[in-house]
Amino acid sequence: MATAPTTPQAYLQSLSRWRPIEIAFWLVTLVPFWLFPNYLSLANQIAVAALFALSLDLILGYAGIVSLGHAAFFGVGAYTAGIFSKFVWGEVFTGLIVAALMAALFGYVSSFIVARFRHLTLIMITLGLGLLLHSAANSAHWLTGGSDGFQGISVWKVAGLFKFDLYGKVAYAYSLCTLFVVFLCARRLINSPFGLALRGIRDNWVRMPAIGADSPSHIRKVYTISAAMAGIAGALIAQTTQTVSLDALSFERSADVVVMLVLGGAGRLYGGLVGATIFLIARDQFSGIAPQYWYFWIGILLVTVVMLLPNGILGGLSKLVGRWSRK
Amino acid sequence: MSAVDKKASAGIALATRGLSRSFGSLVVARDIELNLPVGARYALIGPNGAGKTTLINLMTGMLPPNDGQIILGGEDITTLLPQARVKRGLARTFQINSLFAHLNPLEAVTLAVCERRGIAARFWQNVAVNKDAIEEAYEILSKLKLGDVCYQPTRELPYGRQRLLEIALALATKPKVLLLDEPAAGVPQEESGDIFEVVAGLSNELTLLFIEHDMHVVFRFATHIIVLVGGAVFTEGTPAEISADPGVREVYLGKRHHG
Repeated sequence: MATAPTTPQAYLQSLSRWRPIEIAFWLVTLVPFWLFPNYLSLANQIAVAALFALSLDLILGYAGIVSLGHAAFFGVGAYTAGIFSKFVWGEVFTGLIVAALMAALFGYVSSFIVARFRHLTLIMITLGLGLLLHSAANSAHWLTGGSDGFQGISVWKVAGLFKFDLYGKVAYAYSLCTLFVVFLCARRLINSPFGLALRGIRDNWVRMPAIGADSPSHIRKVYTISAAMAGIAGALIAQTTQTVSLDALSFERSADVVVMLVLGGAGRLYGGLVGATIFLIARDQFSGIAPQYWYFWIGILLVTVVMLLPNGILGGLSKLVGRWSRK
Repeated sequence: MSAVDKKASAGIALATRGLSRSFGSLVVARDIELNLPVGARYALIGPNGAGKTTLINLMTGMLPPNDGQIILGGEDITTLLPQARVKRGLARTFQINSLFAHLNPLEAVTLAVCERRGIAARFWQNVAVNKDAIEEAYEILSKLKLGDVCYQPTRELPYGRQRLLEIALALATKPKVLLLDEPAAGVPQEESGDIFEVVAGLSNELTLLFIEHDMHVVFRFATHIIVLVGGAVFTEGTPAEISADPGVREVYLGKRHHG
């Protein structure tokens, strides 16, 4: 931003350039392999949650659609991957794709309702759809195992080489790679004309039709894409833990992912990633202190962050850096 | 020759037939018949609450009418969605800035250009590869004297520049008919002339209808004036006819002269 760009095109191009801090971020994600070998299964959970939060960021942070039922797509992805590997085919990448497609289908169908509403109505609709799916999965015991959980997932070695081990090394590597690939797609989307349209919808819903934009069509599209991404996150958890429990679809999971995103900073690609990391590390540490009461600490953290840093931790940091570099 | 005589001719860019709308017992548009010839510079005036903005909302589809038709270039667009009307060449600006606060002018106008070109749904390509769209956006911004601030966040722009960005966003849709709702609203009087100079410099093929309170500006830039009172067309005519009309002086101009 300091130097004036030569042409408008070069300026827009420069916005999507990789910054050193981003490269540093991805290098840090490799650190657990060497420094925290006992925490790799936590690292795996973080990678999955980060992907889930990233999917929510596309609709909440960029298009301004607040959802309290996003676990629906996570759960659909998880059950699809589980059922697929148990009854059809245990290869993991096909599992991811099938789960993504199934979640996208659910997303696409519900997007027709979602795209027509805003504000509180929309939040209640997403919440309702989430609850509905949770109950449906609970009652379909023959398919999902209901409240006993879905057992008997047998996945093959990743790429025919790496067996999921007890320490979670392969699991973390697999989830991290998947997260990175999906992140690249999301990053491209944000810097696309479509990404511009999403930011337009978030900024000024009323003006969009006046510039000829069909916002409902954009929303249907981003909702479907976001659902597919959430489905991939769900599939990862099913494949790496080889079980799916009903809480993959729970309201708590929907709420947690909103908290993660708000903590990290919505509407910034890395917000969900940072938020998921802080949330899960905090949960791990706080539940070590007092297992039943760890939400108490999360509550304090959340209230503090939203009061002091309305744009989340990353928003606060970037403001700080901005102020510092101006001096 | 009055505009009504040309009703049937092909030179009408935008017309309304018996356009009516009421909220309960409050009539905000009563049987409005308008004909905007291609390339017109029409002013829409009237006291506060006369229904001027409502009329723009009706024509652009932001408010559905109870009765009547809106005809754009011979096509009945009464039931079309607002965005579909924009795609057919009917654009508007807003009296109160309705911009994209977190996009800069270049991004906002590029977005509008992409929407018009039908490439705004492309999520797989970097926006920067669309060189033509970006250059078109920059051209519009330069023409409206926004070239030097087009990388600044919109919310940090001076108010007068934001008013120009309102117009730039509308122009990016390549309208045939442009409805300007008080383009200089809130701008100090000495600067409002600048905004109307920009408006006057727009292509002759573009049909313009603008709402404005400053009668000096109206008489200077309009070729034809429509006076709206209580949701109905009170009278219409050339600036000379309107300024000589004792009825208009009474309902509108008079108030101003007496303070």
